[in-house]
Amino acid sequence: MVDPRRTATAEFADLWLPIDVGADIPLAHAIAHEIIAAGLVHEEFVARATTGYAEFAAQVADWTPERAEARTGVPADLVRAAARAYATAPKAQLCWTLGITEHRSGVDNVLALCNLALLCGHVGRWGSGLSPLRGQNNVQGGGDMGALPNRLPGFQAVTDPDARARVEAVWGAPVPPEDGRNLTEMFAAMETGDLRALYVLGENPAQSEADATRARRLLAGLDHLVVQDLYLTRTAELADVVLPATAAWCESNGTVTNSERRVQRVRAAVRAPEGARDDLAILVAVADRLGADLGPADPETMWDELRRVSPLHTGMGWARIEALGGIQWPCPSETDLEPSFLHGRLWADDPADRGRPAPFSVVEWVPPADPLAPDYPIRLTTGRRLDSYNTGVQTRRFSSPLRFGETVDLSPADAADLGVAPGETVRVVSRRGSVEAPVRIDPGLRAGLAFMTLHFGDDVDTNRLTVEAVDPKSGTAEFKATAVRIERIAAPVGARGGTPAP
Amino acid sequence: MTDPRPVPVALPVGPPVTRPRRDALLPALHEAHDAAGWLAPEALDAIADRLRLGRAEVFGVASSYASFAFTPRPRRLRRVCTGVMCVVAGAEAPGADAPGVVASPCLGRCEQAPAVLDTDGGRAVAPVAPAPVPQPPTERSLLRRVGVVDPSSLDDYRAHGGTAALGHARTLGPAAVRAAVTASGLTGRGGAAFPAGRKWEAVAAAAGGPKYVVANADESEPGTFKDRVVLEHDPFAVVEAMVIAGFAVGATTGYVYVRDEYPEAIARLEHAIDAAGAAGLLGDDAGGLGVPFRIEVRRGAGAYVCGEETALFASIEGYRGEPRTKPPFPVDAGLFGRPTLVHNVETLANVLTILDPSGPRPETKLFSVSGAVTRPGLYEVPMGTTLAEVLDLAGGVPAGRTLQAVLLGGAAGTFLHPEEIGVPLTVEATRAIGATVGSGAVFVIDDTTDLATVVLGIATFFREESCGQCVPCRVGTVRQEEVLHRLVHGRPLGSVAEEVQRLRDVGAAMRDASICGLGQFAWNAIEGAVDRFGVFGAST
Amino acid sequence: MSGHEVAVTVDGRPVVVPEGATVLDACTAAGIDTPTLCFGDTVAARNVCRICVVDVAGSRALVPSCSRPAEPGMEIATDTPRVRHARRMVLELLGSSVDLSLTDHVEEWNARYGADPDRFGPDAATVAQPVKVDNDCFVRDYSRCILCYQCTDACGEQWQHTFAIAIAGRGFDATVSTEHGVGLPDSACVYCGNCIEVCPTDALMFRTEFDLRTMGTWASERQTRTDTICAFCGVGCTLTLHVQHGVGDDDGDRIVKVTSPHSSSVTAGNLCIKGRFGAGHVHP
Repeated sequence: MVDPRRTATAEFADLWLPIDVGADIPLAHAIAHEIIAAGLVHEEFVARATTGYAEFAAQVADWTPERAEARTGVPADLVRAAARAYATAPKAQLCWTLGITEHRSGVDNVLALCNLALLCGHVGRWGSGLSPLRGQNNVQGGGDMGALPNRLPGFQAVTDPDARARVEAVWGAPVPPEDGRNLTEMFAAMETGDLRALYVLGENPAQSEADATRARRLLAGLDHLVVQDLYLTRTAELADVVLPATAAWCESNGTVTNSERRVQRVRAAVRAPEGARDDLAILVAVADRLGADLGPADPETMWDELRRVSPLHTGMGWARIEALGGIQWPCPSETDLEPSFLHGRLWADDPADRGRPAPFSVVEWVPPADPLAPDYPIRLTTGRRLDSYNTGVQTRRFSSPLRFGETVDLSPADAADLGVAPGETVRVVSRRGSVEAPVRIDPGLRAGLAFMTLHFGDDVDTNRLTVEAVDPKSGTAEFKATAVRIERIAAPVGARGGTPAP
Repeated sequence: MTDPRPVPVALPVGPPVTRPRRDALLPALHEAHDAAGWLAPEALDAIADRLRLGRAEVFGVASSYASFAFTPRPRRLRRVCTGVMCVVAGAEAPGADAPGVVASPCLGRCEQAPAVLDTDGGRAVAPVAPAPVPQPPTERSLLRRVGVVDPSSLDDYRAHGGTAALGHARTLGPAAVRAAVTASGLTGRGGAAFPAGRKWEAVAAAAGGPKYVVANADESEPGTFKDRVVLEHDPFAVVEAMVIAGFAVGATTGYVYVRDEYPEAIARLEHAIDAAGAAGLLGDDAGGLGVPFRIEVRRGAGAYVCGEETALFASIEGYRGEPRTKPPFPVDAGLFGRPTLVHNVETLANVLTILDPSGPRPETKLFSVSGAVTRPGLYEVPMGTTLAEVLDLAGGVPAGRTLQAVLLGGAAGTFLHPEEIGVPLTVEATRAIGATVGSGAVFVIDDTTDLATVVLGIATFFREESCGQCVPCRVGTVRQEEVLHRLVHGRPLGSVAEEVQRLRDVGAAMRDASICGLGQFAWNAIEGAVDRFGVFGAST
Repeated sequence: MSGHEVAVTVDGRPVVVPEGATVLDACTAAGIDTPTLCFGDTVAARNVCRICVVDVAGSRALVPSCSRPAEPGMEIATDTPRVRHARRMVLELLGSSVDLSLTDHVEEWNARYGADPDRFGPDAATVAQPVKVDNDCFVRDYSRCILCYQCTDACGEQWQHTFAIAIAGRGFDATVSTEHGVGLPDSACVYCGNCIEVCPTDALMFRTEFDLRTMGTWASERQTRTDTICAFCGVGCTLTLHVQHGVGDDDGDRIVKVTSPHSSSVTAGNLCIKGRFGAGHVHP
């Protein structure tokens, strides 16, 4: 378990590696160093199924656990123990969430983990592998369907002429051959005036974007903003046109795809409110006004179209999904099911079956963009709490016994140094802005680390603090690493001679 | 010297353990309870957090034991025995206005009835009572050292034949030791009379390890005190027998689970383990057998059901003392799910007589005799001795009284008529008359005692001691007591015959469908009182 | 080992079951309907209610069919006087001490086994107690609790590992409890509701259901069940939405309860607080 915080999950861990925020690559490199130094590399797999090992080994040669400790804060002994446990396990998985990806080096962080799996042959076999745990029910499905700026349905590259041709044949329309913009690039284009109209479906960037003040300014400055959502979100309040949509998970029919690539059916269970329409119906109607015929707004028909353009989904008939309760891709065959894991080809005896070897990646550590300094001595990291979801648009509407609103969570040591008591409202200041929030003391935090969420943006706009430092490869902002200071507002509790609080 | 105990478990207050230590829970609860006299919520939560267990679980485990108080109570405590033996002798439950005086189920001091036990922080206050063994040493085998040797002296133990069996076992080797136990025909003395040799062979042959030897000293059957006497007055014998058992079956760790009501026995056994460790009888090369063996004492906390072997395992492991379904049997999956040899103390003591270097001694049986006899106490007699002969040894019913009944085998036993006391006290002979030797408790009732009151007392005992796990026992013992309460007080619901039918219906379900022996035998004595004695005038 | 089969007889009829199957499985394979109360399909059998007992040749006591593995040559009898008596008494003992009015099949079984729970009289001890209403997610009515252990196993080491509840006390006073009996908001509870999922007697009940029942507007005949996928993370738990179409004077749809199919390969009936209780946002 690697986490800056001692979370509830860490309580179950045999080993908890308390990493300093943003030091993922040094830690991964140190683990790799130890695996190599201890002679635990899966030599046969590395030789047959990978490329670039020599360069990689040369790069991590300097990253001794002791040297990494200065960067990561993780004691060298723990690194060694983790490395040996991982390398010697018969089966091992690396699972991660946004703590890895919400950094300006997010993609490189992932590649550093891939290196570990390649080193030990922990990939392409049942029970082993690499798994990003998705934070939303259809992050995977959205990408699978081609809702990425550089991908067609089934992860086919936009730049691949064969794939484009296949899709164009079904769609009856040309597909632009160049990548589109990701979210960060769109905001950059808004800044330059190159992007002047925006159609937002089911997102709330006015509250979810890092450096929210800037995001709202740019959204408000658009020529035309269309928002399609269940609610009049903060983003929708800025819109010229709001298209009320049904809740996809219980007022519509369709599919979603979970973290393990399992396509499952969502079904309408309740009647939608008056005037709300299915996302698909709205899109078909909008296309119709634009002069394009997308066919009937029927999810099964639409699904069958996907099956014709995405080889990953060809075998997944609607009835088959119903019958099996869900099917994992790839599923090219209508009669057989593929193994539940990917990359099994890397273990094939025949080099032809093995295909392209998996490359080791030489990635360099980039420290967090928002450096700690005497003015900003505390590292704020953001995340989620169990009972809330993202900006809270949905979850704030049920009464959770676990919810206590937004707080700034401090370590016992920092709270003592600052002389702040639980519940006391303090000002949290970053280089971009400040918010006020009550203090909560969390013994799971180490000194110098603070934690906040983005669930209660209406009360505490945490994303005023975060930094719009973006991973150029993924477009994801560094939500996980902000430098802040904590300022007291009230007089110290029990202070003598102070001014009474108003 | 190597440490005679397997692992330190009574963790000092300090940083949390790195992995959950459920097995350390019961000692930790005792530690806190001994220190404060009760378990405050904060103390329970602190234990849970330190051992990394759920707070609700710790509360759930603690609250399953009668020894623990959850409201303030003095450390210094007087336990007044309210077992039927002592009630018949005049004991009365203390009132609520005496904060340091509490009622206790049978204290296992029936020869002293009415008995009390004074403790301070769990330790006995008064000196250990002399061994209640009226027979001269020359007439005893298992008990030959009781009252003769200094129980704190290993040298004295050796001077009286101690460790001779261990030496003999070293010569024989494990397989021959097991063969000797099998050949002896020894059967378990806890009540079930299962052939001991079969257990030894099964544990030795079982796959997987580590294996355990467990001495069941949770002697809670009302009217039974034989194990207490052995532990208090010949503790090295238990240690020696366990070392031999471990050697013979391939176990390296032993547990002795002693009931909380026996603080002197615990103290003397702890001392014996330390002395045995210092002398090399325990440790890495236990008794020169070339294999390690260590012993840990676990103190119960007031739960009759923990005398049931699987509940005893659960208690050691830090779970509630609830019996587990068999199969699997302990020889395959016992303590911590490992192959386990579990024996009553008396059964283990027999191992030393079987392995006597001069040849096996004749088989004997211990009987705890209490109630209306001239010389209550512990008696050792040859197998096959009749109940009448045992009563004669104890001096018979005092002058001027008449024998009304004998409760043989404790609360789970059977009431015998005066004309049945000619029965030889063997498993087969007692079974032939619908009775059981059980734990060897012999409670003698004269004509001045109201049998119905004794019966109600037995029902109350089972209701209080039911762990609550299975429906037949949890609710059945309540319904049984309700009916008896109405009958004893002359307020039957409908006719007496209807009430008796309710008893029979509930009793049959408890016997047939309960998980463990507690429920299965909770109706046993009562059925006999109804059928054989017609206590409620309806014997059909 | 898989693929081996075990041949037994049930009431004299030969039955073959796969190795590892229980006696209960064998009875079911023989077409015999065996009553069960504490047995759940997502937690290990505890065999504590004892209503499923059967007679197995060679066994002194009756045998809990839910947990005993079928062994070659076993002769199982399900309708002997002993078995019928034990089942009848379990129904009478539970029926006289616990509120089973919302427990499935009890009336039918009482008739089948001739059980008369009232025969112990009006003064028979019961577990009646006030309903614990201490949060907006679910209520606990331990007057309905048969101590099946499923909720504590689901909360504890078999599924959730939260250990917010455990069996406390002993004997007839044993009950499901938090530490020291504190309310759920002061306990370790994370409101996954996986205890509600396994509760066989409705002792654990959605607050919505409890409130509607209290107001007299619970109408199961106007309810439908629809399976869909939770929207709140990438795990992909299946939700069974229990929707009541019209509550009182309001003719709108209302999600009144959320369960999850125990056969789901993703989470076997388990959810978290968001999936279990977070659906309210679709209602105005």
